[in-house]
Amino acid sequence: MSGRTRRLVWNGVGLLLFVVLVFPVYWMISTAFKPEDQVNSLTPTWLSLRPTISHFRDAMHAPFFWNDLVNTVIIVGVTVVIAMTLAFLASVAVAKYRFTGRKLFIVLIIGIQMIPGAGLIIPLYVVLARYHQVNVLSGVIIVYITAVLPFSIWTLRGFILGIPKDLEEAAMVDGSTRLGAFVRILLPLVAPGLVATSVFAFITTWNEYIFARILLNDQSKQTLTVWLSYFLGTSRHTDWGALMAGSTLTAIPAVVFFLLVQRKIAFGLTAGAVRG
Amino acid sequence: MRSPLPDGMSLAAEASGPRRRRHLTWGRVARGSVPYGLILPVLLIVGAILAYPLYSLVRLAFQRYGLSELIAHKGISVGTKNFSSILHDQVFWHVLLRTVVFTIANVGLTMVLGTLVALLLVRLSTWVRVVLTSGLILVWSVPVVVAVQVWYWMTNYQNGVLNFTLTKLGLGDFFHHDWYGTTFSQLGIVTAMIVWGALPFVVVTVYAALSQVPRELVEAAEIDGAGSVRVFRDVTVPILTPVLLILTSLSIIWDFGVFTQPYLLIGQAHTGPSNELMGTYLFEEGYLKTDFGRGAAISLVMLVVVAILSVFYVRKMVRMGDAA
Repeated sequence: MSGRTRRLVWNGVGLLLFVVLVFPVYWMISTAFKPEDQVNSLTPTWLSLRPTISHFRDAMHAPFFWNDLVNTVIIVGVTVVIAMTLAFLASVAVAKYRFTGRKLFIVLIIGIQMIPGAGLIIPLYVVLARYHQVNVLSGVIIVYITAVLPFSIWTLRGFILGIPKDLEEAAMVDGSTRLGAFVRILLPLVAPGLVATSVFAFITTWNEYIFARILLNDQSKQTLTVWLSYFLGTSRHTDWGALMAGSTLTAIPAVVFFLLVQRKIAFGLTAGAVRG
Repeated sequence: MRSPLPDGMSLAAEASGPRRRRHLTWGRVARGSVPYGLILPVLLIVGAILAYPLYSLVRLAFQRYGLSELIAHKGISVGTKNFSSILHDQVFWHVLLRTVVFTIANVGLTMVLGTLVALLLVRLSTWVRVVLTSGLILVWSVPVVVAVQVWYWMTNYQNGVLNFTLTKLGLGDFFHHDWYGTTFSQLGIVTAMIVWGALPFVVVTVYAALSQVPRELVEAAEIDGAGSVRVFRDVTVPILTPVLLILTSLSIIWDFGVFTQPYLLIGQAHTGPSNELMGTYLFEEGYLKTDFGRGAAISLVMLVVVAILSVFYVRKMVRMGDAA
């Protein structure tokens, strides 16, 4: 085989792989827009020429959609703001100071991420129940903050280390105070890192399922992922179109934000070890 | 420990004169406590939401703790009864063995396919590489719960697109084939879904490592008369090894403790002793049956296994964090 034909074959394999991998996403979106008869037909319609938004209307009118959307937004918002503040402070300590216990702290941060969430549902449920934090948003929020702290600290640390030291020293020589140097030099430089890390914390929190499932029992208190997981079981006959519309709606914020920051955070990810 | 730190921030401390020693000592103490102040909030919250529950987990494992104890906020000590009950339970050993086999299959498939796709990426024309990478990142971004619903829809026995496609491709008669009929098939679908979702992370990471292979090294080896197989074995593989080891140990830890995919895809009503994995098993035994003591004992066994598995990974990462 000549080099050119070989390249052609590899490209063919690559494109075929692309089709197979992306198909579930395509099938979700296309089902969400298909009219009822095409959704339920035994012969699938690969490309519908009669798109409809009625499934989206159904999904949005399903019980507790708006309610659980609001819950999710509150939980995600509060989690991200608090977690980012705490993570930023800690990452400055790890990146800029040498102190006794620093290594231990790093071990702690990395070790925490290795704890499987499933192993913690029992004790967290019992402990949070003791302090009346079950079935209230604040209980889930504090769990989520803890969950996103490790990788946020780790990723921010990377961004802070990336700042050229001369810049900071120059500011000191200029007579700025330490705090001045910090605010004027460090903060603007870490801002992009802070944004990228926040977005990642947003996605993690938005997608979380286990703890929301365990800690929030009332349908009016739940998050969108739990809402979606119950969608299937509401009736005997599954409304596939509405289920896919609901899935699409749940996925949109996570997908959009992920695509925006993916490039920035890909390498931090390897280090911080986060997977959906 | 020699390192580029401490940096500009501690420069001020070096301008010390003997006359201002007392003042400076106080300043030094204050400065020395700054990093502790910075990590304090994190330590407090980690202590409350992680350390304390972990301590409770150990205590719970030695208690009878059901619904009435939950209401009374007080367990009844039963010694090692929870553990002996688990260890004498056939179901526990089946679940443990099943989870080990499941983990090996999932990690093996993820790593092999991920490495192959990364090697494929190198051989593609630029535009195909961009297309395939975008596809991978799109898959990566899909929330797990959403992915479960889509996979369930594609594999449903009535009019799932998978049955239709397999039949049309002439791979057999899959009309009304129920993918959720046997344990093997159920866990097979769960595996397919997990590998699909994990592939992007592995491919992107291995591809990044592949692009670190120095061109000159490959050329030098080729000039020395090494064939492409030898170049791969003696140049590429050694450079990839550390990355592959990290990814493998991470995947083992993740897949061993997996919950959402099997729980939701097999179906909340259909998980049971015949198809449970460690994650779904402890959820069923501890949470749904409100036998928190027994659930805690199962969790403890699981966490110990995962802790042993993750020692390698944590050591590797700490070394990285220390070097930086």
